[in-house]
Amino acid sequence: MKAFIHHFKFEFLAGIRNKQLLLLNYLFPLGFYLMLGFIMVEINPPFRENVIPAMVIFGILSATLLGIPDPLVNARENGIFRSYKINGIPAVSILIIPALTTILHLIVVTVIITSTATWLFNAPLPSHWLNYILVFFAAAIACTGLSVLIGVVSPTSRMTILWSQLVFTPSMLLGGLMVPYSMLPEAAKKIAQLLPSTQAMNAFSGLAMGRAADFSPWSSVTVLFVSGVLAFGLAIYLFSWDTRNSSRRGHPLLGLLALLPNIIQIVLLK
Amino acid sequence: MNDIVIEVQDFTKTYDDFIAVDRISFDVKSGEIFGLLGPNGAGKTSTLECLEGLREPNGGMVKVAGLIPTREFHKLKNLIGVQLQSASLPESITPEEAIKLFSFYHNVEPRLDLLDRLGLAEKRNSQFFELSTGQQRRMALALAVMHNPRVLFLDEPTAGLDVGTRSELHSMMQEFQKAGTTIILATHDMAEAEQLSDRVAILLKGKIAKIGTPLEITAAGAGLTKISIRTQESNLLTSEVTFPAVTYSTTLDEYKIYFSKDIGPTVSAIISHIETQNDALIDLRVERPSLEDRFLEITSTGEML
Repeated sequence: MKAFIHHFKFEFLAGIRNKQLLLLNYLFPLGFYLMLGFIMVEINPPFRENVIPAMVIFGILSATLLGIPDPLVNARENGIFRSYKINGIPAVSILIIPALTTILHLIVVTVIITSTATWLFNAPLPSHWLNYILVFFAAAIACTGLSVLIGVVSPTSRMTILWSQLVFTPSMLLGGLMVPYSMLPEAAKKIAQLLPSTQAMNAFSGLAMGRAADFSPWSSVTVLFVSGVLAFGLAIYLFSWDTRNSSRRGHPLLGLLALLPNIIQIVLLK
Repeated sequence: MNDIVIEVQDFTKTYDDFIAVDRISFDVKSGEIFGLLGPNGAGKTSTLECLEGLREPNGGMVKVAGLIPTREFHKLKNLIGVQLQSASLPESITPEEAIKLFSFYHNVEPRLDLLDRLGLAEKRNSQFFELSTGQQRRMALALAVMHNPRVLFLDEPTAGLDVGTRSELHSMMQEFQKAGTTIILATHDMAEAEQLSDRVAILLKGKIAKIGTPLEITAAGAGLTKISIRTQESNLLTSEVTFPAVTYSTTLDEYKIYFSKDIGPTVSAIISHIETQNDALIDLRVERPSLEDRFLEITSTGEML
């Protein structure tokens, strides 16, 4: 436990020292929050209602999908995992600690957004604070789990960018951050339900912001938690120490099982 | 000194259809420095990685301190220290943080004194990417030895190091040996292997070509003595003349080098030849074959056990 805490402390400090992580954890989400807040609220005043949940979700997506997989793949390719292994660092620590430190950075960003949005953009604060915290953690767990899984199954750095963008871009476009879920065509709605951002936006609206949800908000919270935990489990199972990622226990497509809770939700809510 | 720490029996390692190591067997005794030599692709790193538990052997048996590395790594991790050839650390970690981090996982007190010993004291708070290649290798070495391992694996430990650090590393290795640590040394540096190793194994195309003490291996060669000669006019460099007992010859800078089975007649004939050519002898050296000479002989002829 002492080793785990020391490792956590190092990873947290590394997240601040490392310029790329500093950019993805803090500068990018907070810069985007300020820019989008000023522009969108001006041209589309109802966006004010969504500033806090949308920007918190954007921060989560940026720090996790863009910030976690690439360093994991680089560490594996550069032999850092091998150094870790011979010094007795377990795979679980390698995967869980970056996720936990990212969540800690996300808490800081979320506090900044939540505490300034009303003052800067006259955005409404959450009406149910406990639910707000619950949904934040559910979304953070789902996105960190998915990001760690992408880092584990990606064969190369190039593929990592591709996989991350495959989730990040649709999350921005279909996840309810810019365009409301209710305005999407039926087919797009089903695809959107596969994305953690849609589930998080729905849960924030229905449970924390005091607005009507597009579909069951508690099912969204459940999907976020279960898919996050499932993704972590799959990442640990598929983890490889090998620099070429050639000796894992299962096929990388097994990673798609992380979408199972979303698919079950789509079927049950039909 | 006589108990076996490393046992390798009919060990095989393949990558798809490529056989990297082909049914090799050897033992290493406690407290020995055992050199693993061989050209690139001979199977040294594959052998080391299977002994270190980083790769699964495809055949045969490998045991370190009585444990099967891949299956019992949790027990082995505190018994072995490894300096990987391509080891790396997170770019933002400092030497001090790395020592502390890995000490916690090995459950030992951080040995920050090693930073002084290895000339890293001034860099203790620099980030890993700011260290030179030599400093990074010294860092890897500090991490390999900080928990006083029973078996130490060193893969090209002195590559990229300056003379002073290299000498410091050699004396550290001898200290560890005195304290009972077994050292497996994979290196391209034949002089280093000859100087430090109690025994060496020369790997060639995945098989053991020779195994024994450096003296046994050099003595088992063709027994050719190396005669290096430099003359005033350098006539010998272009001369095609042959001398008695000379098996082959080569040139190196201003020197003509002859490998002879019987130095008496060879040296006499060479000196007579120089006199007849009105040339003058500047330097003449006679050396017994080194491990490097023997290594070149083995690798060029493909000689096997």
